[in-house]
Amino acid sequence: MRTTKRIVAGASAVVLAGTLGACSAGDGVPTLTWYINPDDGGQAEIAASCTEAADGAYRIETSLLPRDAASQREQLARRLAASDRSLDIMSLDPPFIPELAEPGFLAPVPDELQDTDGIVEGAVQSASWNGELVTVPFWANTQLLWYRKSVAEAAGLDMTQPVTWDQIMQAAEDQNKQLGVQGALAESLTVWINALVASGGGKILEDPEAKPDEMQLGLESDAGKKAAEIIGRIGSSNLGGPGLPTADENASMNLFQGDNGSFMVNWPFVYPAMQGAAPEVVEDLGWAVYPRVDAGTPAAPPVGGINLGVGAYSEHTDLAWQAVKCIVSPENQARYFVTNGNPPSNLAAYDDAEVNEKFPMASTIAESLQLGAPRPQTPYYNEISIGLQRTWHPPNAVTPDTTPQTSTDFILAVLRGERLL
Amino acid sequence: MRADKEPGAKPKKRRSDRARAEARLGWMLAGPAFGIMLLVTLYPIVQALWDSLFSLRLTAPDDREFIWFRNYQVILGDPAFWQSMGVTLFITVVTVLLELIIGFGFALVMHRAIKKLRGFARTAILVPYGIITVVSAFAFFYAFDINSGGYVNSWLSWIPGFDENLNWFAYQGTSLTVIILSEVWKTTPFISLLLLSGLAQVPGDLEEAAKVDGATGWEVLRRVILPNMKAAIMVAVLFRTLEAFRIFDNIFIMTAGANDTEALSLLAYNTSIGRLEIGLGSAISVLLFLSVLIIAGIFIKGFKVDLSAGRNS
Repeated sequence: MRTTKRIVAGASAVVLAGTLGACSAGDGVPTLTWYINPDDGGQAEIAASCTEAADGAYRIETSLLPRDAASQREQLARRLAASDRSLDIMSLDPPFIPELAEPGFLAPVPDELQDTDGIVEGAVQSASWNGELVTVPFWANTQLLWYRKSVAEAAGLDMTQPVTWDQIMQAAEDQNKQLGVQGALAESLTVWINALVASGGGKILEDPEAKPDEMQLGLESDAGKKAAEIIGRIGSSNLGGPGLPTADENASMNLFQGDNGSFMVNWPFVYPAMQGAAPEVVEDLGWAVYPRVDAGTPAAPPVGGINLGVGAYSEHTDLAWQAVKCIVSPENQARYFVTNGNPPSNLAAYDDAEVNEKFPMASTIAESLQLGAPRPQTPYYNEISIGLQRTWHPPNAVTPDTTPQTSTDFILAVLRGERLL
Repeated sequence: MRADKEPGAKPKKRRSDRARAEARLGWMLAGPAFGIMLLVTLYPIVQALWDSLFSLRLTAPDDREFIWFRNYQVILGDPAFWQSMGVTLFITVVTVLLELIIGFGFALVMHRAIKKLRGFARTAILVPYGIITVVSAFAFFYAFDINSGGYVNSWLSWIPGFDENLNWFAYQGTSLTVIILSEVWKTTPFISLLLLSGLAQVPGDLEEAAKVDGATGWEVLRRVILPNMKAAIMVAVLFRTLEAFRIFDNIFIMTAGANDTEALSLLAYNTSIGRLEIGLGSAISVLLFLSVLIIAGIFIKGFKVDLSAGRNS
């Protein structure tokens, strides 16, 4: 009985403290809500330091969005469509930005934040819509080619020079090893397809700004066919391992860490993760820019990351943009990289000594970001992405003769509203 | 109040006043609940019906257009819808059949278990039903998923010809097997609970009479027990069929619809929540709702026949 009473009293105290905490917001300082994607606490830290730097001009509170990008988009789109005034600052996944910008859900970026000098090209492209910056790049992600030095050496590959997909497939095949790629029916598959098509000199979407019924896809091209050939070969030759049809980024990393690991394309989060899980692999670990499709054309590594937008219905858009300016400062980006492993979009942050000490591949990441090919920037990205996933999955069923055409027909029918997705 | 006490007032009218007051009180007490029920059940259905007549995308509010029944035309003419319908019906039929057989076995165990063990047997059998579907879906996913160290393959490695590298979630057949397995594991207790109540209603003297007449155990089951619990079986099958037809959690967690495992409810979810296509998604939801109504209608009609047949015998 006594214990129960104590528990009740304790719970009441916690609730009361929470309520009082909420009441203390009534000190006249405007509170900005920053909807953040889950991370290791870095955004909350930046929110606290920017609140302090604002010196009473505003206070930033963070609110957590769901874990995966698609669910983040769903929640933000639903709230914005309902004119939610609490959406002051939003951490946005780049491919979904045009969809939110087109109906006017995002407040215009002020002139002082339009300057994109020193920001990596991929991030600027992904933050824009209709040739105009509609969000501000915060951190920019890119995939690298991670490899086991021993495997590359045994295959006689000079990893200081650009390598092609054919070369790494051959190297893995010759040594009975497996490649870490993402073949699951998920956004990661679209990322892979886009990088392959772009590196082959093609485009998934010819004119991203076209109306849905006028859109033209570029999959039925040499680049599209070559992309299908690579995915189909990895899928049907067991090069991606038995887990390939359900492999996401974590599964690829686990495969790479295992006995059959050789090469892997993945985001930089794998570096700190492997340091903890498989230090012996880190000793044998090398990294390079994403593989090329043709030896003669440059690679087009996937780019991702997070850009910051301000909700059009926010009551404090001016203050929100001031806060955004503080959040994306090169110092904050460098600190975020060091503490959370998310690479900066501002090149100046790569000069930070701590960044280079903690991430020896920082310069490769910066180089990769400059080469990066964003996914198609269109309000109908979701349809295109899911349409690609549906038709390029499972990887062992992908063939250059049929997949690009089936995919094109299906996606265009979906865009015209004639097919379900 | 004073008017009631007037001597000239007719008793009949007074009663009517009282009846009216009681009716008013009744409405005041039940009205809010009635209103809320209307609001939470009828309103969304009507709203979905209305929305399904529009081409409406949440992120393109200005392009909203009234298109009559074109959404239904697109859905009913799309192989993806029929594929989902096929998968949903397959899962429904297989799970309900398996659950009925296993559930009846469990019900017999619970019914016949000696008194000392009865409590334990009932608790043990009912445990899975107490677990939230999403949780059991995750448990099955991690048990079978080879990318996150699923252990089932190593358990089954003794079976000749079994490939230890089998990726259960890479093919339609194996994915559906795991989905059905998890569904059966989770909800068999529900069916067995309903069947247990049916078993308890079978008159013991009928069974004894049959045995005295020389009937074997199988004959007693077929001729005496099963016919006497027909109503309980029908209720169990109806409830489970309706529930199985709306399957969502297991598929969402395990395959997210990959390898043609997308059930109708997942298709509705992906269209209205994932794609934000409110019009098209509402139309799928309406079709799902109609399917459930049809199933319920068929069963209720079946009920009537069975119930009267039971009475006649």
